[in-house]
Amino acid sequence: MAIALPRPDLQPPPTTDDSRDRGGKAQPLLIVENLRKHFPIRGGALNRKIASIKAVDDVSFVVLKGETLGVVGESGCGKSTLARVLMGLVAQDQGRIIFDGELVGGPHGLSLRDLRRNMQIVFQDSDSSLNPRLSIADSIAYGPRVHGMSRAQALSLAHDLLRRVGLDPALFALRYPHELSGGQKQRVNIARALALDPRLVILDEAVSALDKSIEAQVLNVLRHLKETLNLTYVFISHDLNIVRYVSDRMLVMYLGEVVEIGPTDAIYRGPKHPYTKALLESRLGADPRHRVEAAPLAGDAPSPVDPPSGCRFRTRCLFAEDVCASKAPSLGRSNNHGAHLAACHMGDPQSGHSRASLAPAPLPRVADAVVC
Amino acid sequence: MRDATLPLPHVAGAKQGPLTGRACGYWRTVGRRLRRDYVTLSFASVIAVIALAAILAPLIAPHDPNATSVAYRLKPIGYKGFILGTDELGRDMLTRLIFGGRVSLVMGLVPVGLATCIGGFLGLVAGFTGGFVNTLIMRIMDVFYAFPSVLLAVAISGAMGGGITISLIALTLVFIPPLCRVSEAATTQIRGRDFVDAAKASGASSLSIILHHVLRNVLSPVLIYASSLISVSILLAAGLSFLGLGVEPPTSDWGLMLSTLRQSIYVQPVVCALPGAAIFLCSLSFNLVSDGLRQAMDIRA
Repeated sequence: MAIALPRPDLQPPPTTDDSRDRGGKAQPLLIVENLRKHFPIRGGALNRKIASIKAVDDVSFVVLKGETLGVVGESGCGKSTLARVLMGLVAQDQGRIIFDGELVGGPHGLSLRDLRRNMQIVFQDSDSSLNPRLSIADSIAYGPRVHGMSRAQALSLAHDLLRRVGLDPALFALRYPHELSGGQKQRVNIARALALDPRLVILDEAVSALDKSIEAQVLNVLRHLKETLNLTYVFISHDLNIVRYVSDRMLVMYLGEVVEIGPTDAIYRGPKHPYTKALLESRLGADPRHRVEAAPLAGDAPSPVDPPSGCRFRTRCLFAEDVCASKAPSLGRSNNHGAHLAACHMGDPQSGHSRASLAPAPLPRVADAVVC
Repeated sequence: MRDATLPLPHVAGAKQGPLTGRACGYWRTVGRRLRRDYVTLSFASVIAVIALAAILAPLIAPHDPNATSVAYRLKPIGYKGFILGTDELGRDMLTRLIFGGRVSLVMGLVPVGLATCIGGFLGLVAGFTGGFVNTLIMRIMDVFYAFPSVLLAVAISGAMGGGITISLIALTLVFIPPLCRVSEAATTQIRGRDFVDAAKASGASSLSIILHHVLRNVLSPVLIYASSLISVSILLAAGLSFLGLGVEPPTSDWGLMLSTLRQSIYVQPVVCALPGAAIFLCSLSFNLVSDGLRQAMDIRA
């Protein structure tokens, strides 16, 4: 990052008593189980389904109350689809979403409408996220109005929210999106997401399109809001530095699957999956003496239409062996939500991978392995 | 919110932008731009004069539009008592032109208005639903598109027997497909924007999303296009009347007048050209106003 920012303490802030809390502090705010979304590709004379894009494949994770869960991965790995499925904007093919102990969409569970009151999303494209024909205040007030709030009340709420995201309502409430800069628009989008008083906010690359100084400002606004409004974030990004800065725990996705999940510090200190390791090494260092010439992760990810057999990362993995092609590694499960898990045969002594016995010794640097 | 007295998050050097004073909404900006556009304003007043004359025709017309007189046939412009001369049956041209404006305005505005509602709605539905519904609606529109518009209007009026009502229906049918297509294209484009997803994510119903988010954005391209069709509609209606498929005699209509007077073109060329000039002025005015409207409404963010 261009600017040095103070490291926030990594402990989730003590969850204050929240009247909306139903499951208790220990109940994860969001449990995602075996979520799957395949997009059909149609073609041929009869418009039949000829293949499918496996955008999200068997993804399970939990989001604890009051934490920030970072989601990272390359472009096209299914991060945004995951966000849209969680919001119910795209229906999942399979899998369950449990919000604060209540199943979403079940006959006795939480309705999609109720879920959306509790969970909101901020998109990457700040411009496309605002209706050009609505004033800023009207855009923010729209959600509460849909849920039956009076216009006057909704507008005063909009003014309050504008103040919270650092925009003076006297200047901005009546303006239109084209009169705002990108950073200002993204603040408005954050205010709009907060208008329904959600408990969980999905930030889908919410700061990725902003320039660095604005990005830092918006991150500070987000952190401040999280503390004051008792929010939980799912922070989707491809910027590993920012994910490290904001997240308590993180999740690494590759081709629609979760390959590693765990506390951010643990993953940054000792990544267990070769993909995570390569990703972390892909960050450019600020020190010219550590300049790397070859990218640790070369080429594009394989097509999600026809992912490799066994481990999906094996085609780009330096440690791939026969077992990786024949058997898909599993992430494993742990009752401890803070556990550091990775879907790699090298971490599983029973897998038959020659390096498995070395575990849990740290992986060699990818750059060193190239030299060997 | 739970706590309204919180301090502002510290935002170092947050760009607040210059003070623009009053906020400017979309329609207010459009209005302000139109007020500065003198060409549009002057041609809008031409339309206003034609419309006013048409509405007040029985009060301001100097003669009865259908009163014939063998003695005063084909008199030139400026003949005493007949400012713009008389036609082949001795009827006052000015009176008939004023009354003819009624028909022309109705033929210009009604089909386009109806087609905007129907075509716009169909396009909105097709664009918003997508998938099979979209394919169904748009392919039906393509069938109508396959015919040249004049031919289609003539064919429909001819098949259904002519007359004002039939011409109105024929013209409406001719204008539905292009308006539907414009509306569908705009809707499809808006539907893909994130603010529609954001509205969905806030729990809004499809109807509310269409009314508050889609329609507001689709309205201006559809209106701009519709306004450009008014002059086409006037011309087509005149053409139908000219062919004897529109207005029936003795009702005065510019197209019909042009048709019946063409035999006398060697006797009174100027008088015979008057209905044509009226059609020209009217459609030109609508065209230029539509152009001005497009320029005023086309606000790039």
